[in-house]
Amino acid sequence: MKLTRRDALAWGLGATAVAMLPMRAFAAIEDSIAEFTGGAEAGSGDISLDAPEIAENGNTVPVSVAAPGAVAIRLFAAGNPTPGVATFNFGPAAGSQSASTRIRLAGTQDVIAIAQMEDGSFIQTAKTVKVTIGGCGG
Amino acid sequence: MASGVKPRVKSPKTASAGEVVTLKTLISHPMESGQRKDSDGNVIPRSIINRFTCELNGNMVVDVTLEPAISTNPYFEFEAKVDATGEFKFTWYDDDGDVYEDIQAIEVA
Repeated sequence: MKLTRRDALAWGLGATAVAMLPMRAFAAIEDSIAEFTGGAEAGSGDISLDAPEIAENGNTVPVSVAAPGAVAIRLFAAGNPTPGVATFNFGPAAGSQSASTRIRLAGTQDVIAIAQMEDGSFIQTAKTVKVTIGGCGG
Repeated sequence: MASGVKPRVKSPKTASAGEVVTLKTLISHPMESGQRKDSDGNVIPRSIINRFTCELNGNMVVDVTLEPAISTNPYFEFEAKVDATGEFKFTWYDDDGDVYEDIQAIEVA
């Protein structure tokens, strides 16, 4: 096959598109965080996120979050096709601002927890989880 | 997905006034994420539980919004502060409009 100028251009475009993919995923997580925080900067604070360092099976990864004084905590998985995972809104009868659940992770990535505090500020923390078998079923 | 959905809740039967108790809930549900494909390459449509709430005597304990990234058979563990005898009401809202409920009584000794 002879490489024409047209082919070369097409290849170039394809390569650019592939290179853009991770950027797009990155933008998705930024967007969904901004949707929750309303664009406000999330600082650090008294928020803890507990997740395994290595998860063999991405289909069920146990995570727990706690942020005393929070009204809501949202979990994000930066490398999933949809970054949002869950939002916990705590009511007046809550015993503590903490919760545990099991989540799906598509691959090795950062899990991010952002808490909205009573005064409207946001604090966040993140943890990297290594995933051996992804949980999105291809 | 309305068949075979069975909520299971583990909550204490008694507590002292003002005590903080731990509640554990599990509901059997496939939580089809809408990302998977069947053997013919067709996308399996999303079918998940999108909201879970727990109330104690009408006061909200926790209201959770679920996304497809929650695992099959959604499990939640959280804490509630018990001030008076009453009941916990657990509610799960399915994408297809179904609502699953469970009620557990708690007695303040």
